[in-house]
Amino acid sequence: MLSRQPSASETSQAKFEPRIVAFFCNWCTYLAADLAGTSRMKYAPNVRVVRLMCSGRVDPQFVLDAFAHGADGVFIGGCHPGDCHYQEGNYKTLKRYHLLKRVLKEMGIEEDRFRLEWISAAEADRVRTAINQMVEKVRDLGPLNLELKDLENAYAEEVLV
Amino acid sequence: MPEISQLSGPEAVRVGFYVCHCGTNIAGTVDVKALAGYAASLPRVAVSREYKYMCSDPGQALIEQDIADHKLNRVVVASCSPLLHEATFRRALGRAGLNPFLLQMVNIREHVSWVHLDKKAATEKAQDLVRAAVQRVALHKPLQKRRVDINPSVLVVGGGIAGIHAALTLAEAGKQVYLVEREPTIGGHMAMFDKTFPTLDCAACILTPKMTAVGSHPNIKLWTYSEVVKVDGYVGNYKAQVKHKPRYVIDDLCIGCQECIAACVYKEGKTPDEFNLGLSMRKPIYLPFPQAVPQKVVIDRDTCIEFKSGKCKKTCVEACGDRLAIDFKQKETFDEIEIGAIILATGFKTFAPERNPYCGYGRYPNVYTSLEVERLINASGPTAGEVILRDGKKPASVGIIHCIGSRDANTNRWCSKVCCMYSLKLAHLIKEHTGAEVFNFYIDMRTPGKGYEEFYDRLLDEGVHFVRGRVAEVSDWAVHPSEEGKLVIRAEDTLAGFVRRIPVDMVVLSVGLEPQSDAQDVRRLFNISCASEGWFLERHPKLAPVSTFTEGVYIAGACQGPKDIPDSVAQAGAAAAEALALIDAKSVELEPYTASILEEECSGCKSCISLCPYQAIAFIEEKKKAYINEVLCKGCGTCVAGCPSGSIKQNFFEDEEIFEEIEGVLAYA
Repeated sequence: MLSRQPSASETSQAKFEPRIVAFFCNWCTYLAADLAGTSRMKYAPNVRVVRLMCSGRVDPQFVLDAFAHGADGVFIGGCHPGDCHYQEGNYKTLKRYHLLKRVLKEMGIEEDRFRLEWISAAEADRVRTAINQMVEKVRDLGPLNLELKDLENAYAEEVLV
Repeated sequence: MPEISQLSGPEAVRVGFYVCHCGTNIAGTVDVKALAGYAASLPRVAVSREYKYMCSDPGQALIEQDIADHKLNRVVVASCSPLLHEATFRRALGRAGLNPFLLQMVNIREHVSWVHLDKKAATEKAQDLVRAAVQRVALHKPLQKRRVDINPSVLVVGGGIAGIHAALTLAEAGKQVYLVEREPTIGGHMAMFDKTFPTLDCAACILTPKMTAVGSHPNIKLWTYSEVVKVDGYVGNYKAQVKHKPRYVIDDLCIGCQECIAACVYKEGKTPDEFNLGLSMRKPIYLPFPQAVPQKVVIDRDTCIEFKSGKCKKTCVEACGDRLAIDFKQKETFDEIEIGAIILATGFKTFAPERNPYCGYGRYPNVYTSLEVERLINASGPTAGEVILRDGKKPASVGIIHCIGSRDANTNRWCSKVCCMYSLKLAHLIKEHTGAEVFNFYIDMRTPGKGYEEFYDRLLDEGVHFVRGRVAEVSDWAVHPSEEGKLVIRAEDTLAGFVRRIPVDMVVLSVGLEPQSDAQDVRRLFNISCASEGWFLERHPKLAPVSTFTEGVYIAGACQGPKDIPDSVAQAGAAAAEALALIDAKSVELEPYTASILEEECSGCKSCISLCPYQAIAFIEEKKKAYINEVLCKGCGTCVAGCPSGSIKQNFFEDEEIFEEIEGVLAYA
């Protein structure tokens, strides 16, 4: 796969720029992010948004896949409780989020690297502040070093037990 | 997971990539030339171009031409939000003979160029997103939109001027309309007004003909004292459940003679009259106001003696005689209706001035809200059109305070738009009725509208006083003999440069407009959004002002934001036209983002069945497999994410497609 070389700013030790993958619901947070754009709000450029029809579509595997492929953080944006465009998809998201958080903790992934926010279509400002906060927190945590070696060891132990 | 390499060979993927400058909107922040160059270096990209306006006709023609010339079978457009132009570019693909769903859009305007300042970082982000899209689009499959028939009836919620106008427009076009109003009569706020600005035509004179037209129109089913309690379905095929609250009077039998009201054992009204805002009293059996539509009385069970003790002489029943219209045992009833479109015209409420204690409302009896003064001025109001103080005397001086609950950091920040004009109207009417000296206290005079500024000029000529500045306090604290027994308005006169004390007999608070207190419940019911202030959110503030993000649900009037009568009527007409355009098309296309079961992989665990809020998933016992009914599926994808064996796929959001996108944005590492 042909890929872009990491730029100087990305490789420099001086300032670590985290990479965050976001899953935004088409009906609320994605719209709020659009509104942030139309309102020309400025926020950190570290987030890459994947649009889904509902936060309930976020398969836990997506989150794990993002971390496995080098994301330093994962952000899920869904509709406020009671506001889901599909009635209750966001409640399913919430359940999975809590479960996944525990799994990630077991894997040594810090809590602040995984965030769920309820952001309505009108809350552009919340997109800005939530993204900025998350980028700051993840920047403080530093790069996520998911050492493959550690993972292999973990599996080895599992087999031994 | 199918490897992308499998898609090579005779079915080789050939991607056309297009980046839009959007004038300088994108090109000013993202290096579009570099982006096009970068995309050209990605695998499977056959053509990569940048163009000033991709959404323009030549821009779309460029794509169509390339599809033919370069045998493209996938297209990626990096431009604005897909919610804006995905449909545009899908149509372009369709015209070129390519399935529209072989397109992927990259949002580099709303999500990149407009929100980032650092050009380098913005360009890098755009590159990541483009790479993800190019990877993802390779897996896209041709999809077909589903076509469903549209039910040609429309539900209009709210019987104010906006709802009335929308209902009449649709009914005139020959459509079946259900108009649901929760109060016992239609008319809304407009029915409470005396005159309307700036022409001073009488509100009742222009409104009541429309109200009676609604009441008698063969195509309108008018349900007052009713509420929509449940909404199901989707565009073109909504189902709604309407609750009819008991009036304790049988609609079909009541002829509106009002003899029962005269006969009520209460000789005088003892309950504050809602329509007159408590300025007069009504009996337990009443007609909200003389021109009410329908002309059917209502019994208020909270104050009726029969309901309280069961021992009333029931003189009302006697008076009704063999018409037999009164039924104390009436229960609430429900109707189920099927409609193709819904128009919400649920209106506003006025600001409660108790929230601004400094203006003295509730503390000093002669401090009124503007709506109360409308009722005082109105000939059918509590004082038969006399503007009088609580002691019955005519005021010699009146202060009108603008922006109560508007343009105020402590309450509502927005301008309520109508208050300047109605304050001018009230100033004129009060002066006409009483000859009083009238003072207007305003922040700015906002009179944009046809004939509005001229009306302001007229008021200046009529000798109404205008004081520019915010009022600090209304009190009865006299510091000078001339202030004894008066209400003193303290305000900064910003034009004169000092604080003034102006003693008046009567204070009118020009209260602003607010979303209805249950606006949040209503929008949940109809699955639409509210802006942060609580007004219903339109699909686009300029280009789709009456549409919502839920197809087939439209909004009109002040439920969308403060609006005067002309604007509400204009919006109602627009909403009716949108609804007509939808239902007259007879059928509608639905996005094909539905989910389906991969039967060979389904283990029959039934985990998905409880996840579906639409009961679209059934379990087929013979096969021990789940089955998704495509008609019921709305395409949220919750079941796909919840399936433990990965045996559900969602069109356009297949696992593999999303994995490609995730890995694509992260691939440079």
